[in-house]
Amino acid sequence: MNIWLVMLLGGALTFGMRLSFIYLFGRFEIPATVKRALRFVPPAVLSAIIAPALFMPDNTLDLSWSNYRLMAGAVAILVAWRTKNTLLTLLAGIMALLILQVVFR
Amino acid sequence: MNQTMKSFWAGGRAVSPLLVGVFPFGLIYGAVALGAGLSPAAAQMMSSIVFAGSAQFVAAQLVHESAPGLIIVLTIAIVNLRHVLYSASVAPYIEHLPTRWKTLLAYFLTDEAYATTIIHYEEEEFTPTSHWFFLGAGLALWTTWQVSSGLGIFLGAAIPASWPLDFALPLTFIAMVVPVLKDKPVVAAALSAGIVALLAFNLPYKLGLILAALVGIFIGTYLENRSSQKETL
Repeated sequence: MNIWLVMLLGGALTFGMRLSFIYLFGRFEIPATVKRALRFVPPAVLSAIIAPALFMPDNTLDLSWSNYRLMAGAVAILVAWRTKNTLLTLLAGIMALLILQVVFR
Repeated sequence: MNQTMKSFWAGGRAVSPLLVGVFPFGLIYGAVALGAGLSPAAAQMMSSIVFAGSAQFVAAQLVHESAPGLIIVLTIAIVNLRHVLYSASVAPYIEHLPTRWKTLLAYFLTDEAYATTIIHYEEEEFTPTSHWFFLGAGLALWTTWQVSSGLGIFLGAAIPASWPLDFALPLTFIAMVVPVLKDKPVVAAALSAGIVALLAFNLPYKLGLILAALVGIFIGTYLENRSSQKETL
């Protein structure tokens, strides 16, 4: 599918969800379980992307020390946990990967 | 200054502390979207067509992984599901407005505009010009997002191709996930989603991602329902 079509469909769905209850106010009630479930959407989706990016850099499971993306990811997780800062996490992870690649080439 | 403009500027001022966080996020988005293989035009237009930070990052990552278009659309929808909740939450306050206002405000209903506006609606006086506050907050955020992603695209083009810029996306996701891992259900949701994503990686059409997300959401919700039932007993 063309990237522009993907963006238009994704944008239309996003707009539709933003408009949904504003437009239909009073005609529907959101179930409590659905409200509860929404909190888990970001950590679940993002973790499902992070795990293969760290553990399967070449599309197969790589748990060795030479998996530099896994090592750099571990550094980033530590920095994110200590600082809660997006920019610092990003810089720490990129720098760790660059250093590992240069030192252990 | 009349009441309309006062409300409009008050909305912009109220959202401004959040803009300090949004700006670098937009810079990073612009740079990594290019790194993921989007054209500068597509990367910039996504900021106004989709206009939702985390969904744009996820879409860029999936483009980089050459995921099928339908899976990318579906993932954008899942990531943005929370907006249904925001919509329900602001609905009673703008119920009286004409449809064109409702449509306009719905477009501006981002995380930040929602957070700012709902506080205004709930805690401060609700006036006939309150929707201008919403518009002011939404427009300030929109402008910041367009400018910062544009600047990120501009700067991203200058970063050497040898830099592992594609790794910036998973790193950004780490920065988003780690701070919210505060209780057992969330940790369980994140871990189970990550494990299923590895186990189901070879499913066709990147369906493993959708499956992993659904398993994580289910496990988190199940654990939270169980613990809240215990409390009420």
